[in-house]
Amino acid sequence: MDFAGFDQQDGLQDWQTEHGRAPISTKIVVAGGFGVGKTTFVGAVSEIQPLTTEAVMTQASEALDDLAATPDKVTTTVAMDFGRITLEQDLVLYVFGRAYGLAYPAAIAGIVVGSVIAPGLAALLGGSGALVVVGGTVLAYALLVMRGTDHAAAAVPVSQPAMADAVPAR
Amino acid sequence: MVPSSHRGADRRTSRVRPYALTGGRTQFGHVLLVETLVATIDRPEEQLALTRGDWAERVMPEFRAIVELCRRMRSVAEISALLRMPLGVVRVLISDLADQGRIRVYGTGHGPGSPDRALLERVLSGLRRL
Repeated sequence: MDFAGFDQQDGLQDWQTEHGRAPISTKIVVAGGFGVGKTTFVGAVSEIQPLTTEAVMTQASEALDDLAATPDKVTTTVAMDFGRITLEQDLVLYVFGRAYGLAYPAAIAGIVVGSVIAPGLAALLGGSGALVVVGGTVLAYALLVMRGTDHAAAAVPVSQPAMADAVPAR
Repeated sequence: MVPSSHRGADRRTSRVRPYALTGGRTQFGHVLLVETLVATIDRPEEQLALTRGDWAERVMPEFRAIVELCRRMRSVAEISALLRMPLGVVRVLISDLADQGRIRVYGTGHGPGSPDRALLERVLSGLRRL
């Protein structure tokens, strides 16, 4: 049997072959409304081919998703997308993206607080932002603003100025 | 990705129900967060055996696939996505492999609850350097 179809060497980092010790691994979750660019963002920052599960949007979801702002968008994220960033050889960050309108799986239950807060903030700001929750808590976060196809990420301070520019401008 | 209809070299496991892979189990004894890193425990004398020997023939192909994949240290989430297996199933199988001494499960390097400020600041400065 063969599970081929992925590249073992994709984004290979030194720490992956040093099994004596493992880097610290943590995660952030990019939450945000439909079509703001969560998947694009994950893909932009990931060192590996982003692992993405997307399903073509069905008529059932058309009633729920407002397409007025993104008429060309034909798919929406229905599962977790994620990428990986090796920040240092002993610090690895996994970046997850998921539409906040969907229930978060227990797998990332640690960020439930973020999922509650993100929609509120998005509503406050007209639904044009994606919230970045760092480390699974609301200890600190930044608001990521994405406009159109320009993926430049401008960070807006929310509660903790020190974390405001946690998102690289790309 | 079309699953082939017979047991062949390129078949996917989509026709096997997840509960069948785990024998109905949903519990696992290790801390396996999505970002938890795992790696195959090197057994140089068994390198061949892992892929062609008795062990590989005895166990489910899913076990072998995980062992192969984890020759490079990876997270639980990566394994689940790359093997297209549900996270819950992968967790049970990884836990089994860990119990068998085939896979090493590493700590994430921080507690299960709130990450401390020092870690958050390291993440922040790491992101700034990108």
